[in-house]
Amino acid sequence: MEWLGVVVQGVLLGGLYALFATGLSLMFGVMRLVNIAHGDLIVLGAYIALSTVAILDVHPVIAMVLVVPIMGFVGYALQRTLLNRTLGADILPPLLVTFGLSVILQNALLEIYSADPQKLSAGPMETASVSFGSLSVGVFPLLTFVSAIVLIGLLQWVFYHTSLGREFRAVSDNQEIAQLMGINKAHVFGVAMALAFAVTAIAGILFGVRTSFDPSIGGGRLLLAFEAVIIGGLGNLWGTLAGGIILGVAQTVGGQINPGWQQLAGHIAFLFVLAIKPTGLFPRVAH
Amino acid sequence: MRHKTTRRKFMGGLAATFAAPAILKHTRAYAADPVIRIGHVSPRTGPLAGFAEADDFVLEGIKAAMSGGVENNGKTYQIEIISRDSQSNPNRAAEVAADLILGEEVDIIVAASTPDTTNPVADQAEVNEVPCITTDCPWQPYFFGRNGNPAEGFEFTYHFFWGLEDVIANFLDLWAGSGVAKKVGALFPNDADGNAWGDPELGFPKPLKEAGFGLVDPGRYQPLNDDFSNYIGAFKDVGVEIVTGNMIPPDFATFWAQAAQQNFSPKVVTIGKALLFPSVIESLGDRGDGLTSEIWWSPNHPFRSSLTGDSAKALADGYTALSGRPWTQPIGFKHALFEVARDVVARASDLDDPASIIDAIKSTSMSTVVGDVDWSKGPVPNVTKTPLVAGQWQNRGDATELVITTNKQAPEIPVGGDLKLLS
Repeated sequence: MEWLGVVVQGVLLGGLYALFATGLSLMFGVMRLVNIAHGDLIVLGAYIALSTVAILDVHPVIAMVLVVPIMGFVGYALQRTLLNRTLGADILPPLLVTFGLSVILQNALLEIYSADPQKLSAGPMETASVSFGSLSVGVFPLLTFVSAIVLIGLLQWVFYHTSLGREFRAVSDNQEIAQLMGINKAHVFGVAMALAFAVTAIAGILFGVRTSFDPSIGGGRLLLAFEAVIIGGLGNLWGTLAGGIILGVAQTVGGQINPGWQQLAGHIAFLFVLAIKPTGLFPRVAH
Repeated sequence: MRHKTTRRKFMGGLAATFAAPAILKHTRAYAADPVIRIGHVSPRTGPLAGFAEADDFVLEGIKAAMSGGVENNGKTYQIEIISRDSQSNPNRAAEVAADLILGEEVDIIVAASTPDTTNPVADQAEVNEVPCITTDCPWQPYFFGRNGNPAEGFEFTYHFFWGLEDVIANFLDLWAGSGVAKKVGALFPNDADGNAWGDPELGFPKPLKEAGFGLVDPGRYQPLNDDFSNYIGAFKDVGVEIVTGNMIPPDFATFWAQAAQQNFSPKVVTIGKALLFPSVIESLGDRGDGLTSEIWWSPNHPFRSSLTGDSAKALADGYTALSGRPWTQPIGFKHALFEVARDVVARASDLDDPASIIDAIKSTSMSTVVGDVDWSKGPVPNVTKTPLVAGQWQNRGDATELVITTNKQAPEIPVGGDLKLLS
C-alpha cells in the first residue's frame, strides 16, 4: 500500500515534468532547436499569469485564457525575428542565442518583479484532496496530470490530423523539399514556436500554483525537461509523457528508499535509458 | 624591419624608468579632509537579493549620518562607501572583494548576507591583509566554513551574528511552550545549512533528545525538490505534530501544499531561512498565518542606533515609509555593520595602519541597533553574538505581522503575543 502511494505520487509528478518537457519536445521535433531558455520561459509564463491575476483579479486558471495567447504571440514573434536567423546546418548558434535569452529573461524578470518569491493562489483547489482507500491524492496534482495528457493528445491530433500538422512534419523531415512544395518555412516555424510557447504558458501557470517561484528558478526545470524529452525519445510527444512519468516514479521510489537519492534516482534512470537506448525509448525517427 | 634601439631611445627609456616611481607612487589625496574608504559587498541581484533589498535605504541613511565626517585623533576624516554587487554568487563575491581591495584600495571591507557573501569576502580580506567586518550569517558556517581553528582564529576578519546553538535553544523554548506532542519531523536539505542543522553531534538531534523530543529525520533532500510525499508519509506514520527544517521558500511552498493535499496537519511548523521575509509569507496566502521562525531583529527590539540615535522601530518605519514595503530583518544588521565600521574608524590609533584598525575592531564594545557588539566575548575568536528570539507570523487586521512569542534566550527583548497552534 505504501509503495502504491509512492508510485501514484511519482506518476502525478511525472505529469508535471511532462508538461515542462512538451514545449521543448515540440521545438526540437519541428525545428531541431535546443532551447536553453525553456526553464526561464516556464517562469516567464508564471510571471505573466501573476500580472494578469493582479490586474484583472481573476483565478489563475481563468488567466490562462489570456496568458496562453500572449505567450503564443511572443513565441511567434521571437521565432520570426530572432530564432529563424540562428537555425541552419550549425547547431551551435541557436544554443548560444537561447542561452543569452535565458540570461536576459532572468535579469529582466528580476528587474521588473524583484527577487521576492511569488505564488499564484488558486484558493481551496490547491489543498483539496480526494481519497482512494487510505491513499490521499491532491486534486491539483491530479489536474496537472490530466492537463498533460489532454494537451499532448491535442498536439498529437494537430500533428497527424490537420494540414498544419502535415506542414510541421514536412519541414521537420526535410526543410528544402518542404519549401519546394510551397511551404513557408519561416511561418511554419513561427506557428510551431507559438504552440510550444502556449504549452509552456500552461506549464508555467500550473507550476506557479504548485510552488513559489522567483526569477532564478528556471534553470533547474530545464534539466528535468531535457531528461523527460530524451528518455521518451526525441520528437515523440507521447514518449515525452512516458519520459516524464519514468522520471517522476524513479524520483519518488528513490526518495522512499532515502530522500537524498530522490534527484539522483531520476538522473540514474535517465543515464540507464541513455545507455541501453541512446535514441530514447520511443524515437519518432527510426535510425 | 628590425627593431633597433638607438642611444637616444635608450636614454629616454632610462629616464622614464627612474621617473616612474615618483609619478606613480601611491599617496593619500592631499585634500583638506583625508578620506577613509569602506568597501561593501552585498547580494543585490540573484536568488539572495531579498537580503539586500533595503541596501539603498540603509546606505543613504548611513551616508547622511556620516556626511560631516568622522573624527579620529582630532582630525576629521570623510567616509566614502563603495558598494558592489555579489550577484548572489560566491565567486563573484570574491572577485568584487579583490577588486575593492586591490583596485579601489579600501581601508576597511564589510559584507553581509549568507555564507555565500561573507566567506569569500572575508577570505579575500584575510589574504590581502585588509580589516574586514561581516554579519548576517550564522557563525558556524562563517568560522568553520572557512576552516577556522578556534585555538588560532583569524587575523584580519571579524564577524557578528548568532549561531546554530541559539536557533536550537529558541526552537526548543518555542515548542516546549506549545504543549503539543513532543514528536518533531525534520526537513533538512543537502546543503551547508541543512547538513549543519541535521548534524548528529552539533545540530538538532542531540539537544532535541536531551529535551525529550522524538525526532523523525528521513534524510537530506536536494534543494528545489518537487515532491515531499516521502517525508509527509514518514511524518504521518509516527504522528508528528511539530515540523522543523531549514528550507528555501520554493521548497517550503511545495512541502506545505503537499502536506495539505495529503491530509497532514502538524500543530507547529518552525522553519529556518524560508520564513524570514514578509513577501514569502504573503505569497503563501492564508496558509502563511501561524508559521513560526527565528527572529534576529524586529522593530520591537529595544535597541538604538549609535549612529543616528534612531530606535529599531524608527529605522524599520523609515524603510516602510520610503519604499511602501514591509520591514525585513536584514535592515537592522546592515545598519549595524556600518555602525561598527564608524566606531572602529573613530577609535583606531592610526588609520594608515591596518594593524591599528584591527586593534580597534578587537577592542570594540558598543551597543548597536541589533544589540551589543563586543569581540572580547564570543564562542570562538573573531566572532561575537547578537541576541536571538523566535516567534510567529500572525494575521492582525489586514497585515501579517511577525510576533515574538518566546524570549527566554534574550529576556531584554519583549514578547509580543502568545503562540497559536496551527490546527
